Amino acid sequence: MEWLTLTIDGREVSVPKGTTVLDACRMNNIPIPTLCHAPELTSAGACRLCVVQIEGMRNLPPSCVTQAAQGMKVETQNPKVRQARKIILELLVANHPLDCMTCQKMGDCSLAEYAYDYGVTGEVYQGEKRCLPIDDSNPFILRDPNKCILCGKCIKACTEIQGKSILDFSFRGFDTQVGPAFNLPYKESDCDFCGSCVSVCPVGALTEKQMVGKGRPWEVSKVQTTCPFCGVGCNFDLNVKDGKVIGVTSNPEAPVNGKALCVKGRFGMDMIYSDNRVTTPLIRKNGELVPADWDEALDLVASKLGEIKKTYGPNSIAALSSAHCTNEENYLMQKFMRAVIGTNNVDHCART
Amino acid sequence: MAENQRILVCAGTGCASSGALPIIDILKEEIKRQGLEETVSVVGTGCQGFCEKGPTLVIEPQHILYTRVTKEDVEEIVSQELIKGERVERLLLIDQTTQKPVSLMSDINFFSKQHRIVLHNCGVIDPQKITDYTERDGYKGIQKALKEMSPEEVMEEVKKSGLRGRGGAGFPTGLKWGFCRQTPSDKKYIICNADEGDPGAFMDRSVLEGDPHSVIEGMLIGAYAIGADEGYVYCRAEYPLAIKHLEIAIKQAEEAGYLGDNILGSSFNFRLNVFAGAGAFVCGEETALMASIEGKRGMPRVRPPFPAVSGLWGKPTNINNVETWSNIPHILRNGAEWYTQFGTEKSKGTKIFALTGKVNNTGLVEVPMGTTLREIIFDIGDGIQGGKKFKAVQIGGPSGGCLPEDMLDLAVDYDTLTQAGAMVGSGGLVIMDETTCMVDIARYFLNFSKKESCGKCTPCREGTTRMYEILDRITKGEGKEEDLDTLENLAYTIKETSLCGLGQFAPSPILATLKYFRHEYEAHIHDHKCPAHNCTALLSYTIDTEKCKMCSLCAKNCPANCISGDKKTNTPYVIDEDKCIKCGTCMDKCKFGAISRA
Repeated sequence: MEWLTLTIDGREVSVPKGTTVLDACRMNNIPIPTLCHAPELTSAGACRLCVVQIEGMRNLPPSCVTQAAQGMKVETQNPKVRQARKIILELLVANHPLDCMTCQKMGDCSLAEYAYDYGVTGEVYQGEKRCLPIDDSNPFILRDPNKCILCGKCIKACTEIQGKSILDFSFRGFDTQVGPAFNLPYKESDCDFCGSCVSVCPVGALTEKQMVGKGRPWEVSKVQTTCPFCGVGCNFDLNVKDGKVIGVTSNPEAPVNGKALCVKGRFGMDMIYSDNRVTTPLIRKNGELVPADWDEALDLVASKLGEIKKTYGPNSIAALSSAHCTNEENYLMQKFMRAVIGTNNVDHCART
Repeated sequence: MAENQRILVCAGTGCASSGALPIIDILKEEIKRQGLEETVSVVGTGCQGFCEKGPTLVIEPQHILYTRVTKEDVEEIVSQELIKGERVERLLLIDQTTQKPVSLMSDINFFSKQHRIVLHNCGVIDPQKITDYTERDGYKGIQKALKEMSPEEVMEEVKKSGLRGRGGAGFPTGLKWGFCRQTPSDKKYIICNADEGDPGAFMDRSVLEGDPHSVIEGMLIGAYAIGADEGYVYCRAEYPLAIKHLEIAIKQAEEAGYLGDNILGSSFNFRLNVFAGAGAFVCGEETALMASIEGKRGMPRVRPPFPAVSGLWGKPTNINNVETWSNIPHILRNGAEWYTQFGTEKSKGTKIFALTGKVNNTGLVEVPMGTTLREIIFDIGDGIQGGKKFKAVQIGGPSGGCLPEDMLDLAVDYDTLTQAGAMVGSGGLVIMDETTCMVDIARYFLNFSKKESCGKCTPCREGTTRMYEILDRITKGEGKEEDLDTLENLAYTIKETSLCGLGQFAPSPILATLKYFRHEYEAHIHDHKCPAHNCTALLSYTIDTEKCKMCSLCAKNCPANCISGDKKTNTPYVIDEDKCIKCGTCMDKCKFGAISRA
């Protein structure tokens, strides 16, 4: 691999060829604020918050889309750069509601974090502010276009991760919005409600509706787990407050899925506390399902299967397993059927 | 009576909208009625450039110019000019200096001081006839390229000519072609950027309307040099006549074997498509333009990759604008050496400017690079309207800047203008006189830029609106002490951090006016006065009781009923400032000069 040496804030660093200036900074623990950048998405270079000064380059180039080059001299914190970032943040805050106290994103909002860092007051540019209707049309995603900073990450997540392209920019200039075609509510669009858009939103424009009012980021402990809904093995974080799961958020480190999840994994965890949930085995006695313990239930199944096999032969038995099961469970099921029962009659609900 | 006369009637968009088209039909009928059809022909041409005086017509071979011609004038022109050979004086141009009518184009500075290379056919030929183009050496450039030169030699010739992109940035054309040629690919595209969007600029439209084959020929030569086999002309949909003429020209060129496979018997193939834009100024930016052709939202993307590496549909692509392409046939036909005799050391050739605003002669003018602003405005433009004082010239549209009187002797080229805080841009020249408020001008251009911002990057999307709001406040007399600092800081940040040229140059009108006319801003903020008496909110009208004859004319004409007084009771006439809408009617009506504006 070819390595390049460049100077960042007077410090000499080496990075592999093909690294962006932003990544070169982050690899070396040099903080650069970003709003539209996400490692799993293509870079738009749109928010312009990651601008730096590079010797010999015109203007202030955005580090997220500028390739590091041999001998490059980069300044990331000089007064000119910080002033430009501060003005960009002031511009964003000037067109953003300041209801942080009641915002679900408080404590996890990139805009608030940078505004604090750069001493932004929100008072420099007084003028027009957006006043758009909130999309509350569906049970999963709450969309507040007034909080949107138009970074475009949700659009890229929808297109590049989920492959649905439900979202895009509409209107122009100051009136630009993000949303489904014809500005339809999510519910009336072709949205899968995978929530990938929510997982990348840096502000409170897209939030998990189920979690609103249930807990603040600092009150929540995140428990990494594997999704129980199917055998893919997606990982995510259960958000737990006071011993209770209040929702699910993506875990960017998840080895199988990254931030991507499906609607069931991200928004289906309310089943944990559902009254309809079957929590013990049930045995039908005199036409009614009666709760039983596991030993009784398994004994009954074993004796019945043995009886059927003895009377009618192994091929009178078949097994159908579920997509809810893991690979390992499915493997065990077919092994049991072939080795113990002695039949090849196995199938799976997701086969067709 | 001269034999075999041609009457060239301007049928470009400007003259057509002031009534030129029926004139052509009536003229033909009248010529027939008076028995002249054997010796006089009528040609509907593209733009002759003198739009403000339109409809215009030129009588050849003498080159007699008639201006503001109406249908009713036709009979007289035929009987007097064509039959008797006498001028119809009332339709001749009045020279503002001598106040005398002039008839010959060679005596009119507007024409005689121009040097037309790109506009050489505009207003002279029928743009709908390929033969009119070929009779004036059309398609000789591509013939020379295909028969006598290798693609490398063509590229060298263009490099040697010193031609720079006429879209505004002035990047050397030959060098740009070279980047695209060097990229290996099985498919390459070339594009003609005809998304001319600057307010006031219309040279690209006029070239496409008046001489479409020159653009096609330029693109053919470029495609041959670069190794492209397909091209697009991206023309804004607001130019229906340009699109029509271009489509006719493409069809004729295909029939004549200039477009298609094995052009002129060579192995060179080239196809040309026309794509109508959907009305976004930002689509003049090359990456937004390509996104638009691909059916995506017209938004710029970051570069690299540059179009020469990954452009339309991901293929190497070269984009030049109409005027640039239209220069190419001339360079090939006459040679780079011939071309370099025009212009300055670093800016060769000519540039077309759209001269508008408070100048006597408005229209399209083509001058060698290096011509001074004074020559353009005072010789060709014949000075300021109504004998008023020149104040500033806005160059390069919303991305350019205003230059004051002491820069009139600036020799206009890419580098001098950039140094002065303006830019060649699309070539719009808006002339302003003493009644123009420079804060209001900046506000006007910012209103344009904010509306045309695509919304992608933060500084341009949010910042142009905030700059506009501050300017709007200042023109309303609500400016604050800190506004100039806020404005300047914001302007520099937007310039240095925006993604594309639209954002990077949107603050230029502010920065240039702040540089040269800061006192006007200060007068608005500190004194609540508009020195040009333009900003309505800052005006106040007062009646001088000494001069007032109590005739009551002002009160009678006031649409807001805010003037009161009575001669019988000797109550002086006064204006109620709270009710006054600052329309100025009272001042216009007063016969005694008793009403003043401050």
